[in-house]
Amino acid sequence: SSQTHTQANMERIHLLSKIATSEQHGENSPYFDGWKAYDQNPFHLTENPNGVIQMGLAENQLSLDLIEEWVAKNPKSSICTKDGISQFKDIANFQDYHGLYEFRKAIANFMGKVRGNRVTFDPDRIVMGGGATGASESLMFCLADPGDGFLVPTPYYPAFDRDLRWRTGVQLVPIICNSSNDFKITEEALESAYENAIASNIKVKGLILANPSNPLGTTTDKQTLQTLMRFINEKNIHIVCDEIYAATIFNTPEFVSISEVLQEMEQDSSNKINRELVHIIYSLSKDMGLPGFRVGILYSYNDHVVSCARKMSSFGLISSQTQLFLASILSDEEFVDGFLSESSKRLAKRHQTFTQGLEKEGITCLASNAGLFVWMDLRMLLNKPTFDEEMELWRLIINDVKLNVSPGSSFHCVEPGWFRVCFANMDDQTVDIALKRIRAFVKKGRKNERATMNNKRTKSFQKNLRLSFSSRLYDEATMMSPRMMSPHSPFARSPLVQART
Amino acid sequence: MLSAKATLNSHGQDSSYFLGWEEYEKNPYHSVNNPNGIIQMGLAENQLSFDLLESWLNNNPDSSGFTAQSVSSFKELALFQDYHGLPAFKNALVDFMSEIRENKVTFNPNNLVLTAGATSANETLMFCLADPGDAFLIPTPYYPGFDRDLKWRTGAEIVPIHCSSSNGFRITESALQDAYQQAQNQNLKVKGVLVTNPSNPLGTSLSLRELELLVTFISSKNLHLISDEIYSGTVFGSPGFVNLGLPGFRIGAIYSNDDIVVSAATKMSSFGLISSQTQFLLSQILSDKKFTKNYLSENRKRLKQRHEMLEKALQKTGIRCLKGNAGLFSWVDMRSLLSAQTFEGEMELWKKIVYDVGLNISPGSSCHCSEPGWFRVCFANMSKETLLLAMQRLSTFVDSVKKTNRSHPRHVNRTSRKTKSLPKWVFSLSFASARLGKNGA
Repeated sequence: SSQTHTQANMERIHLLSKIATSEQHGENSPYFDGWKAYDQNPFHLTENPNGVIQMGLAENQLSLDLIEEWVAKNPKSSICTKDGISQFKDIANFQDYHGLYEFRKAIANFMGKVRGNRVTFDPDRIVMGGGATGASESLMFCLADPGDGFLVPTPYYPAFDRDLRWRTGVQLVPIICNSSNDFKITEEALESAYENAIASNIKVKGLILANPSNPLGTTTDKQTLQTLMRFINEKNIHIVCDEIYAATIFNTPEFVSISEVLQEMEQDSSNKINRELVHIIYSLSKDMGLPGFRVGILYSYNDHVVSCARKMSSFGLISSQTQLFLASILSDEEFVDGFLSESSKRLAKRHQTFTQGLEKEGITCLASNAGLFVWMDLRMLLNKPTFDEEMELWRLIINDVKLNVSPGSSFHCVEPGWFRVCFANMDDQTVDIALKRIRAFVKKGRKNERATMNNKRTKSFQKNLRLSFSSRLYDEATMMSPRMMSPHSPFARSPLVQART
Repeated sequence: MLSAKATLNSHGQDSSYFLGWEEYEKNPYHSVNNPNGIIQMGLAENQLSFDLLESWLNNNPDSSGFTAQSVSSFKELALFQDYHGLPAFKNALVDFMSEIRENKVTFNPNNLVLTAGATSANETLMFCLADPGDAFLIPTPYYPGFDRDLKWRTGAEIVPIHCSSSNGFRITESALQDAYQQAQNQNLKVKGVLVTNPSNPLGTSLSLRELELLVTFISSKNLHLISDEIYSGTVFGSPGFVNLGLPGFRIGAIYSNDDIVVSAATKMSSFGLISSQTQFLLSQILSDKKFTKNYLSENRKRLKQRHEMLEKALQKTGIRCLKGNAGLFSWVDMRSLLSAQTFEGEMELWKKIVYDVGLNISPGSSCHCSEPGWFRVCFANMSKETLLLAMQRLSTFVDSVKKTNRSHPRHVNRTSRKTKSLPKWVFSLSFASARLGKNGA
């Protein structure tokens, strides 16, 4: 009987941990519904030209050809080729959680280059993590106890909810930002968030900032960074800077890293800066487009944190095979300089093509100079400035326009009507098609009477509502089928997934 | 200012197990450059069959996805971060797991979760099965890394199931019940039992009787059973896979029939996925069934040979081992060499062996053995010559101890209550050196 089944299920759940059975992994959020729509009907230029175009995945695919070229010319960077096989045994055996020295040195140099060599990084402070995902979780384990809080400016990367909170028990307290000042962080918002935390009996341990920002695509200006440094030093809390998009800058203003601000402010002792409060999260997933290689980096100016995080890196070391490859490619200064310059150019061009295309249709985006996406303003398409309206519009975009974009609410944005749209994970033709579809959608919206539009929208909303409810229920079977991918890589059509041998 | 986890010593790395490594790294043996250095016998690695892998790689140049011919797959690999794992790899893996078990069982790739090493797999399972403060029962002696892997960030507790040499360290029903009772006395909720099969450090596989005992026990108390089978490939009687000897590549896996566990663990694997290029390489290797068959049989032969070499050499010096049939190490009985049958005596002996004899072996106390005098000695991570040299050194040392004992007979054996904790100097050594980074095996 179903009652027995439910009872049996309850008993089973009781046998597992609270963490395993809670919803704190966050994957039931509507954020992932768009992906499901894409998975079920993925766009392909020739095979499925009417499918859903994936614009919800912040990947950098524009410059992988440069890396492929380098790989073909440098067989020694692999332990499996004739040229590299002499290193196989040592590398296969190498599980030291300090990581290969050459690898750490190469990463430190790379990070310095990305910051115009205005700062240098110490290879001995480089700690590995299982992607930035693993690195940021470990950092939370080092800095905060269960129940402690971290301040985070909104809108922010949705997976922070899982990565920073799920197994650590840490709480996130939002620093509210809005469009009135281009979503910049104000001192008032900062103080207000801190006070809210105190009022809720949450012990604030630090602040986490993504710079450049996901989803905004903007960089934090030096003044704000200085304000933040003063704030955290005054309150004696940590600052964690997720600089994972540092090399995706394609326009002025120039990127200013927390490391530069630290270096400058330290020089004046009246600033009373404690460097032990400063930590950086980095990765090669965005700057180099290598998310599959799981290269997470934790960099801390605090010796104790370095030591502790290093031990924790046992839970997510970077494959030694990958460390060797990266040590090789990143030590090639000529390649790195060329890559960074060319990658930036291509991102600039793609950003320009896309934003200009949108502007022609009267759609504006937040002015941005970095990232793999734009923060698109569709507030004028909402009947009312509510999140229900945003959801309705979003479902329309997925089902009628067939673009998987990400609604601002999934980023905890306080204003409805904003959408994050990724542009670097597709070729030029696909961008063209996406813009054509947007053009058609906007034209249709203008042509139709408001009443007719409402009627249509209500119908499709109801249809979509059904879709949304069924997909919101946690569907184990669907999630586990080979075609349904994780939110991290909806590559249903990747040949790697189709392969059976 | 930092978390409790960062400030306490619950990472377990002050244990002598890791300290021995520190000493080794300060003065590592090298046949030419440092012939008097310390020989590493505390690392359970298998270095015996790399030549076979290297020759396979030479014959399969496109396996890396990195040659000019195969570079077209580079982009797909570079972008592949799906936490369900590379299907080709998982399929090859479950086939292999079946092969090991003579195809008596088949495994469903959908029940397999890939993780960055067994270290990550063990921790992830704990996060799925235990709340902070919950306990798992583990038979002693056990792998020292469990203290970190299972307890540190999870907040879970370990309660030992005491095993003794009187019956070859086999798990008994009374030991199980005692452990369970002990947990109750400490107000700890027991969530399950974790066994390593074959055992590290014993080098033996669980008997049918023990397995039956365990299954009955967990069924009656509604507990989980975790079987860490990382050494399943090292059984001298049957083949296995972990023994491809690739610890640097960080390849781990969880297999569970509970779909909620699989689902939660899959999401958690985000914190430690296996590099896609590594998954790809392994899928190529494991799919070559001819190669794997040959590799396993050859590797097994070499391990058996090495194991016998060690056993015989020890026998000659009058030292016995627990009769082992698996693993990359032997569980050696050095009780006759102790000046006193206490853990202090064991530490004293261990110090001598590390510093004077120049062998880094692992003392039983670091494995939570309840009887002093047992040591884990690894044999598969060095050349034959080095092993012979190590045995020579040990032989010389044992002879000298015997001479000393004859001229100065030992006092009556003391077993004091103090033996439960390690002496203070063990802890003070931990801050001396930072150059310690082994994850252990």
